[in-house]
Amino acid sequence: MSIGRNISRIAAGALFAGTALTLAVPASAQTEIQWWHALTGANNDVVNRLAAEFNASQTQYKVVASYKGSYADTMNAGIAAFRAGNAPHILQVFEVGTATMMSARGAIKPVADVMEEAGKLFDPNVYLPAVAGYYSTSKGEMLSFPFNSSSTVMWYNKDAFRKAGLNPDAPPKTWPEVFEAAKKLKATATPNCGFSTAWVTWVNIEQFSVWHNIPIGTKANGIDGFDTVFRINSPTHVKHFANLAELAKDKTYVYGGRTNTGEGTFTSGECPIMLTSSGFYGNVKANAKFDWGNAPMPYYPDVPGAPQNSTLGGASLWVMGGKSSNEYKGVAAFFAFLSDTDRQARLHTESGYLPITKAAYEKVKASGFYNANPYLETPLKSLNNKAPTENSRGLRFGNLVQIRDIWSEEIEEILAGKKTAQQGMDAAVARGNASLRQFERTVSR
Amino acid sequence: MERRALFGGKLLPYTLLLPQFAIVVVFFYFPAGQAVWQSMLMEDAFGISTEFVGFENYQILAADPDYYKTMLTTAVFSILVAFLSLSCGLLLAVMADKQIKGATIYKTMLIWPYAVAPAVAGVLWLFMFQPSLGMLAKMLRSWGVDWNPLLNGNHAMILVVLAATWKQISYNFLFFLAGLAAIPKSVIEAAAIDGARPMRRFWTIIFPLLSPTAFFLLVINIVYVFFDTFGIIDSVTGGGPAGNTTTMVYKVYQDGKAGSNLGGSAAQSVVLMIIVIALTAIQFKFVERKVQY
Repeated sequence: MSIGRNISRIAAGALFAGTALTLAVPASAQTEIQWWHALTGANNDVVNRLAAEFNASQTQYKVVASYKGSYADTMNAGIAAFRAGNAPHILQVFEVGTATMMSARGAIKPVADVMEEAGKLFDPNVYLPAVAGYYSTSKGEMLSFPFNSSSTVMWYNKDAFRKAGLNPDAPPKTWPEVFEAAKKLKATATPNCGFSTAWVTWVNIEQFSVWHNIPIGTKANGIDGFDTVFRINSPTHVKHFANLAELAKDKTYVYGGRTNTGEGTFTSGECPIMLTSSGFYGNVKANAKFDWGNAPMPYYPDVPGAPQNSTLGGASLWVMGGKSSNEYKGVAAFFAFLSDTDRQARLHTESGYLPITKAAYEKVKASGFYNANPYLETPLKSLNNKAPTENSRGLRFGNLVQIRDIWSEEIEEILAGKKTAQQGMDAAVARGNASLRQFERTVSR
Repeated sequence: MERRALFGGKLLPYTLLLPQFAIVVVFFYFPAGQAVWQSMLMEDAFGISTEFVGFENYQILAADPDYYKTMLTTAVFSILVAFLSLSCGLLLAVMADKQIKGATIYKTMLIWPYAVAPAVAGVLWLFMFQPSLGMLAKMLRSWGVDWNPLLNGNHAMILVVLAATWKQISYNFLFFLAGLAAIPKSVIEAAAIDGARPMRRFWTIIFPLLSPTAFFLLVINIVYVFFDTFGIIDSVTGGGPAGNTTTMVYKVYQDGKAGSNLGGSAAQSVVLMIIVIALTAIQFKFVERKVQY
């Protein structure tokens, strides 16, 4: 009996609390804008602060930022929500998912349209060319709103360099120089590792190709059409992987895994050279107990035109389709808020992500910030090294999430000595193409 | 003598059956039917364009050498895990069944790992064998073993087998212990009086009497390896290196969730479903036979 009474009392209490809550919040005409993202730690704080600042700056709209797991998880959550009919307004999608999003014309609304309909100024030319190129169609239409971007750099341990008798202020520029330095480092300073790479396909296939101005695939790396085929079994690619496999035998090169889990071997001091994202900055700054630096990616000097320019990693914001025009106005207002030069400049200096507009870059440069923080400018110099070509504008392949796994499998076979570099890269091309054809078939109807 | 409940009409028994039937339909037949339907479609990730392709997803699967490799991996993985976890479980149960001090504490401690979530178990083993940080990996390295589960498929397989086995030993231990308790002590005592030594008593009396339990556990373990080891594989190796630890259920996830190829993934689920139905059928047949003992 008493249990039943308690329950009814709790229920009455809850009902009362509910009524009180409804009364406390005035019935407002605020429109909620859902923003799903994948940023953790300090960057999660940046996202929440942006939403809070925007909400405080006006009363009409309220941006609600929700963390949805890793990049892949967030994208899958967005896709699943779309299929269930309740997609968020803004979805953060990593660069690998760009082609999938672009091909889903019914599921997304091009950011240029959103801005134009709301009467907001939107000029793709304000963005750094590498950024605008990555998120635009071949006709120059910008489909998503660039948000956080990074690029590949080579991090190195200056203390280990000194110990090995190398000049810590003149890091190796070319791959042969890296190999020589790594051998010396392994012989003297770091017995378990000469150099390593995280994000193995991003660094050794995607960025590697772009940096050497050689195609990853036909049709301008897939940007000009889905009927693209891979070209990553070229002599330059094969030579690179043959070198890595040879150096992996005695641990001069240490395989760091498919994602960034191997990055810890740099901050722990085990690996003196690590090629990975410039976004590694915060982690290095916080955890490396030695003198460190970074430098542009190395290149093979015998490849004509190298180094070209690097390309982006990171993510952009996609506006999902099927929402009301009022909601789109809110999204446009939020994007206009984000585009402000001061805000962009502050985002860059606080988060370590790249500035994405020319104005923000110039502003930070003029403030002398890079004199004190030269390592934040390295990826920008690489990105803007030369005017982008057909091979270096960016890349756009469907199923790339899955294809990266296929490539990783083949690279693992090469490094384990089960396949030659030529066999492995031929298989990477053949299996990757099969996946591209499957994608092409599902989108081109 | 058959025991049978008698009902006046047909309405009442069917009405009583209805709730159970409704649950089975909603939670089994409906999703299973959806999987079969999905396996005959080809669509993009967002489900905007859908094409009915009949059995083409199955044909693609049958022509994919990777799928056969996955089947082989699954077979190796299941046999290793089932064999190791059953034998360790049996050994521990026989030991714990003896008259020893603090047997209850022992037993409780041995059952404990079963309460650990697969992903957590995976991470535990991952830490211990992490090449540059793990205690056990450091030990292996000091013995001159070039331990590298990131590139060496056999090492990665050893790691997931260890984690999956460790997690399952408790379950097997529990059932073997119950099985041992059910064996009449008089039989064993009689054998002892006849002069049979402990090893001989075990192999000629205890083990045959335990065989129904062992067979039941074998089926359960295989089902466990097929499905429940997903979390361990995902957290320890992610199916790598070079797909050497990608089991069938992990490939369903990889292709469907990570790769957005729902049709192909559904076709794989259907194949898996058929395998499990076959396994369950074997189990039922066994249970029926046991009734005749």
